[in-house]
Amino acid sequence: MSPTELQESPTDVVEVATPKLERDARRADARRGFLIASPSLFYLILFFAIPLGIVFVYSFATRSSTGLTLLEGWNLDSYRRLWDPLVGEIAFRSLLLATTTTAICLLVSYPLAYYMATRTARTRTILFVLVMIPFWSNFLVRTYAWRVLLGTEGPISQISEALGGDPIRILFTNTAVLIGLVYGFLPFMVLPLYASLERMDWSLIEAGRDLYATGWTAFRKITLPISMPGVIAGSILVFIPTLGAYVTPAILGGARTTLLGDYIVSQFLAARNQPFGSALSFAVLAVMLVATIIYFRSGARNL
Amino acid sequence: MKKVLLMVAVLALVAAACGGDDDAVSAASCEAGQVDGNLNFYNWSEYIDPELIEAFEAEYGVDVIESFYESNEAMLAQLQSGVSYDLIVPSDYMVAIMIQEGLLVELNKDAIPNFANMAERFTTQPYDNGAKYSAAYQYGTTGLGVNVSLVGEDFPRSWALLFDPALTANFPGGVSVLNDPRETMGAALEYLGYSINDTDIDHLNEAVAVIQAAKANIATFDSDQYDEALVTGQVAVSHGYSGNMILAIGDADNPDDFVYILPEEGATLWVDNMAIPTNSAAVCTAHAFINFLLDAENGAALTNWNYYASPNAASTPFIDQEVNDFNAEADTAKLEVIVDQGDYEINYTDAFAEAKS
Repeated sequence: MSPTELQESPTDVVEVATPKLERDARRADARRGFLIASPSLFYLILFFAIPLGIVFVYSFATRSSTGLTLLEGWNLDSYRRLWDPLVGEIAFRSLLLATTTTAICLLVSYPLAYYMATRTARTRTILFVLVMIPFWSNFLVRTYAWRVLLGTEGPISQISEALGGDPIRILFTNTAVLIGLVYGFLPFMVLPLYASLERMDWSLIEAGRDLYATGWTAFRKITLPISMPGVIAGSILVFIPTLGAYVTPAILGGARTTLLGDYIVSQFLAARNQPFGSALSFAVLAVMLVATIIYFRSGARNL
Repeated sequence: MKKVLLMVAVLALVAAACGGDDDAVSAASCEAGQVDGNLNFYNWSEYIDPELIEAFEAEYGVDVIESFYESNEAMLAQLQSGVSYDLIVPSDYMVAIMIQEGLLVELNKDAIPNFANMAERFTTQPYDNGAKYSAAYQYGTTGLGVNVSLVGEDFPRSWALLFDPALTANFPGGVSVLNDPRETMGAALEYLGYSINDTDIDHLNEAVAVIQAAKANIATFDSDQYDEALVTGQVAVSHGYSGNMILAIGDADNPDDFVYILPEEGATLWVDNMAIPTNSAAVCTAHAFINFLLDAENGAALTNWNYYASPNAASTPFIDQEVNDFNAEADTAKLEVIVDQGDYEINYTDAFAEAKS
């Protein structure tokens, strides 16, 4: 059939009408999609995009000598200050803490997630609920509970004293901060890992073993690559909040070292330097965004 | 929570850019006891006896509408967003900022005869020398809470209790220092013999070195739980504000083990002040209220209710002995108000960040 024949055939009407119908359907679909998404879209624009825009605008503003923010004389001074060695030192310390926390979380969570994923459906559900239980109470309350556990009145110190040793205070040390952060963010690592391992087709391992792969080789060549999306998602979920951690270092670490979160807060509350505080916040955000994109891309290539 | 407040403040500041009020109000025509409308009173929460408010309403036949704020910055943002208040209670440094920004009405002392009751100390402060725009409301100090059972009876009344490593090394639990750049850099500056408001960068670097050398025995930098850390024996010495410290010691199981002292090198004085914003619609009523609170007995009632120290010299005989005892030391101690140092403020914050590194 030639195109001309087609146009003249009785089906012609239908053939011409279909694209229109399809377009209408697509439009209706898009409208419905927009309607469904609009509450969250509205929420995100109002409480995320607009405030973020304000922070961005403020980062180019000027601090008056009385500590007010002048929305004029736009400049890059706040961004220039980011190259101050003090800022670099603080950023490096936060980076180190976030990396250590993420690494420990990963090391602890992987075996746990693996164990969970290889149990029967019933046991899995129970273990899953157990991992979620900490979320039933407030993070701040749980962090304060650690204050008691790690202080001189706590069980660790009391056991030490019962054994004839000195009282031990872990509270107000970097170790206490690390314990608190790993404790707080562990579920964020376990859950994505569990999700990716649970979906795994275990016959792939059997096939590998049939081809004389050792247990380690099978893990390295099969399990690990398959669980990589979980590793990446979990690492990002732990790394980003710990980089800006404020509450845990203050409550468990006694704010004894300046970290990014603490430094940004002091710009707003003590120095009343909103432009610099905004620039700091925005720089952290931008670096995280770029790092996340690179991480995702490299992760995707490994799959 | 702080982040939420911050967002609110930011939004309010943006709104402020669109508002603004240039009406100049004159207080010159107000006479003593004259009222010109209801009083919109913007104050810190839990800071005034409700019975005092009722007494004022009954005496002058006006209503007092109370609103409350949690920080000077929040109050400023609200005011700049265009909301009108007749009386506010800014702290010392905020008074200076508001004067500089032209946000306060010059007081007409003829309408405040009770201003004569004000202790002289509160009319010569650098944030408003001569008390042209503000009248002190209540005051307090920043000093040291000491656990005598851990430190011993024989201790120096000095910032050495925080910063001398040879001394603090013997304190079980170490010491707690405020997580506040101006207070803590100021304490270290005073320990070195400089002013709390010193703006010499070399002196500031010396102060950084003092804190770094003392850091091994500084258990925590804390501005919220210093009082609890002291009375539970977590730390031996605690740097903090008089009001909270005195309340915590009073409520402790063994209050005799604790004392609140002001170091001899000098300590911080903070003053909250009554002031009238330029967008006030009842300037004369505001003057009448200031005069009312500066009355000897009313001033005493205020202090007996909120336990902070009174700048009202005439009120002393009417104040409960217990409250007077708490605040007695401040009358004679060397005290200095923290003065806003403009652009130099950034150096205090960075020095503090560096000291904690």
